[in-house]
Amino acid sequence: MKRSYNLGYYFSEGFHSIFTHGLMSFAAVMMIVACLIIMGSFSLVALNLERELGKLEQDNEFLAFVDENYTREQAMAIQSHIEAIPNVSYVAFTTKEEAQANYAAKYASDQNAELYSELPTEVFRDRYSVHMSDLSLMQQTIDAVEQLEGIQGHQAAPEVAEGFVLVRNVAAGVALVLILMLLAISLFIIYNTIKLGTFTRREEIAIMKMCGATNGFVRGPFIFEGMLLGLFGAVVAFFLQWGIYSLIAQAIDTGATFQLISVIPFRDMWSRVLGVFAATGFVVGAGGSVMAIRKFLQV
Amino acid sequence: MIRFLDIQKNYDNGTKALKGVSMKIDDGEFVFLVGPSGSGKSTIIKLITGEEQTTGGRIMVNGYNLNSIRPNQIPYMRRTLGVIFQDFRLIDKKTVRENLEFAMRAVGASPREIRKRIPYVLDLVDLARKGDRYPGQLSGGEQQRVAIARALVNNPQMIIADEPTGNLDPQRSLEIMTLLEKINELGTTMLVVTHEKELVNRFSKRVIAIENGRIISDETGGYYKNEEII
Repeated sequence: MKRSYNLGYYFSEGFHSIFTHGLMSFAAVMMIVACLIIMGSFSLVALNLERELGKLEQDNEFLAFVDENYTREQAMAIQSHIEAIPNVSYVAFTTKEEAQANYAAKYASDQNAELYSELPTEVFRDRYSVHMSDLSLMQQTIDAVEQLEGIQGHQAAPEVAEGFVLVRNVAAGVALVLILMLLAISLFIIYNTIKLGTFTRREEIAIMKMCGATNGFVRGPFIFEGMLLGLFGAVVAFFLQWGIYSLIAQAIDTGATFQLISVIPFRDMWSRVLGVFAATGFVVGAGGSVMAIRKFLQV
Repeated sequence: MIRFLDIQKNYDNGTKALKGVSMKIDDGEFVFLVGPSGSGKSTIIKLITGEEQTTGGRIMVNGYNLNSIRPNQIPYMRRTLGVIFQDFRLIDKKTVRENLEFAMRAVGASPREIRKRIPYVLDLVDLARKGDRYPGQLSGGEQQRVAIARALVNNPQMIIADEPTGNLDPQRSLEIMTLLEKINELGTTMLVVTHEKELVNRFSKRVIAIENGRIISDETGGYYKNEEII
């Protein structure tokens, strides 16, 4: 019962304190908004980059050739076995006639086009184009496909795949490090902002402690205040981020310079962005308060 | 009840604030603690409230052994004490009633307990009609009465008053001391630290005099005998 009185008290005190220390509250919210927008913008750029890389990765494939002694029916029966291999996302069967036609079409504008188009179908083999979910597992996937009965040889460009994997890993690593750094900087700034706020109330804290308040009880309103400021900052940052992102996305979609790039629509990500902002604001607000008040509890 | 047994207190800067202080204050007593600046009075208060720890000796406060008390027990020990300061230490942004409510909330009192207790305490300190005023709207004497009400509101076993009349004129000082005597008669132990010789002599209570970290006299019904310590 006492705990519920306390929760009500924490909330009420924390809420009122936001307004009685209006300037510091405003500064803390602005800090949270600024940090979240910087962090959010960077994360959204990283997310779009990841998707663009993913799309390029999806275009990367290898060819698995079917034994030339296999009949068409036998060759087509292998497809389900390839699809069953882990990491295979998509498989397309191409007959040797189609392969010959594609080859001729590819070199149609070449000066020796006639030579290419007259190549006999027997030179080609039935084949599968194999697409993978994770390019870093390309070699294992090729090995697994080669193990299948009826597959004889493959054609792949592992160096391209390795290049994509390297770029993706570097981008993910840089993004992670920068986001962690920004998070630490945000926490430090908010800690100092809240610390300034608690400094003005050190007398109140000393009185509470002298009356016999436990550390948990003294912390309560400050934690609630920090959480509320964090959540409020997160909501403001979310709407600002939405506006900024939409403006940039519109500029990219309509601009001639970025024709090859497509941007993830904000509506596909809003719930995740709001969730991450709210969680970050909540943790940073409450964590900053706990850290800021620690010194004043030693009475 | 307070027991000090051969208490020593040395600060980090080398100051020897207390040099073997022993004393006993029983429940229901009214005691003046007198002595010049730097004699060790404030250190005694800080030791009783748990703000400082002894360098040597043993302390018992209202059943708590402060030599072996766990940090999480200190708040519960403090709930047996009410502290009054010379500069009142009221929260200016809260009304008189809210200041008292704040102190009761700090010890987890329920809204019902608060509603019941505050009017009684305000009446006791004769501020029943000023509960909605802010400290800035009250005189010095009234502010000190609010501070006394706050010290009293959680029904402590003992009140420690650190120079409670230091900022007041003689008439207001007499009123405050009379109020503290009245509270003591209701059963609360009272330890009053003061410089006011005339007040001490007027009330004829137990007087413990301290100088250079040592108790130099402890007499019931005593008064400021040693002119030099004023």
